[in-house]
Amino acid sequence: MLNIRMVFRREMLGFFNSPMAYIFLVIFAIVNGYFFTNTFFLFGQSDLRTLFDIVPLVYLFFIPAVSMGLIAREINIGTMEIISTLPLNTYEFVMGKFLAGFSLILLGLAATSIHFFTLMAVGTNVDIGAIFSGYLGLALMGATFTAIGVYTSSVTENQVVAFIIGVFVVLVFYMLDKMLIFVPHSLAGLVQFLAVDYHLSNISRGVIDSRNLVYFFSMIGFFIFLTIQTLEVRRWK
Amino acid sequence: MIKVTDLSKNYGHVEAVKSISFEIQDGEIVGFLGANGAGKTTTLKMITGYLVPTEGKIEVNDLNIIDDTHEIQKQIGYLPELNPLYTEMRVYEHFEFLAGIRNITGRPFKDALARVVEQCGLNGVIHKNISECSKGYKQRIGLASAMIHDPKILILDEPVTGLDPNQIVEIRGLIKKLGKEKLVFMSSHILQEIQATVDRIMIIHEGEIVANGTSDELMSNFMGNVLLNMEIKGGSVESIEHIQAKLPSVKFISMENSNGIQHVQFEYDKGQDPREELFRYAVDNNWSILKMTPHTTNLEDIFRDLTTEGDINA
Repeated sequence: MLNIRMVFRREMLGFFNSPMAYIFLVIFAIVNGYFFTNTFFLFGQSDLRTLFDIVPLVYLFFIPAVSMGLIAREINIGTMEIISTLPLNTYEFVMGKFLAGFSLILLGLAATSIHFFTLMAVGTNVDIGAIFSGYLGLALMGATFTAIGVYTSSVTENQVVAFIIGVFVVLVFYMLDKMLIFVPHSLAGLVQFLAVDYHLSNISRGVIDSRNLVYFFSMIGFFIFLTIQTLEVRRWK
Repeated sequence: MIKVTDLSKNYGHVEAVKSISFEIQDGEIVGFLGANGAGKTTTLKMITGYLVPTEGKIEVNDLNIIDDTHEIQKQIGYLPELNPLYTEMRVYEHFEFLAGIRNITGRPFKDALARVVEQCGLNGVIHKNISECSKGYKQRIGLASAMIHDPKILILDEPVTGLDPNQIVEIRGLIKKLGKEKLVFMSSHILQEIQATVDRIMIIHEGEIVANGTSDELMSNFMGNVLLNMEIKGGSVESIEHIQAKLPSVKFISMENSNGIQHVQFEYDKGQDPREELFRYAVDNNWSILKMTPHTTNLEDIFRDLTTEGDINA
């Protein structure tokens, strides 16, 4: 645990010692704020549904951008050589990286809470449970996309390539349930289950079903496992 | 102690290291010398656990690199060739991270930090961002990073590359001092650097160890014939060319005439010294010897011979 904490701490220091984290947080808040407030007063509804629809779209580009350098940069500048010669397990390194990336996403998400307070101030009959489950869904989706981003960052030393692959992979998982009409009927159930948006919309409705939780945790575990294997294989090449 | 047995590493079809074996004892400073691409860095990367050998065995203090990777890594301090650093961090944050991974926190970390700051002369930069430090300081930070946990074994890949002459002398002094109590295995492609710092030299060429010993041992084992440069006035071309018939220990190599002076090159075996006989021969033939300079093979020549294609058995 100490090693995961050390990697996490180093990564957070890296984020906040450079303009990276500040740029991310400010732009994330502005983009979400703009699209949310644009329609909030027009619709006159006391919920955050607009925000919960916008954030996944913003995630599609922001999370690969945050995670593209997590491992690719270490490989590129050579610090991976230092890391690999420390008494540090690969899973500790990967977990530290994942948690740091996810924490930054959570901080971005926390910045959107200003809209919640606005809603509480001006709205009536606010459904706190739906808002809680909406945020939980966004957090789980953020964690899933971060795990994908960490993996795509481990397959190349080029951050731009990691970003492009990352956007592509998260887009595929996001779009799956929107392409069900093109899928044979026998496979539709499976494809729908693999779609991240399907599980997010379930949770956002306020239903926290164990199947949805299993999906998100399986996806996170699977991509973290892939990342660990990718890094281990590098030593044997 | 480091013991390497039949170690090989292939990158695809390229054999970077070919079944090498050697041992390094505690308290020894050993230099690993070779041209760029000879296999030095690959060997060091395998010893530190960064790369897995294709074949062979690496033992460090009786631990095996495959089974006890982390135990070995606890005992090794490693400075990679390109000295990668987290440039966005402050110097002490960088040390704090590396020490933390090695479970050195709190008071022990402060003591370790004070020790490496003192040893590597980092007093003025400890609170600076690494990106603001000069190349020389960055190299010292890399060296200090390798020593933060006071390892028994130091593996340094090209530790003085890019430093100015004063910094080279400083780092060399530090390595020598550390070598009194630690095993130091350092690589370089600069012969003078290795010669000035180490107790023993290993030369690697195209993935194979072609020489292993102290400077004196290498000199006596690999020194070839002695070249003798002479300037002779008054000697005829024929008499000089036929000197070999009179003095069998001397071999005629070349001759060039310039303003009536013959610039001649002879060669003789390192175990013999025919200069006195040559002198007498010259007197008998009424030659005037203007110059007689033997050129013995030095370590640089040996290195060049050993690391030049086709000359391995020189």
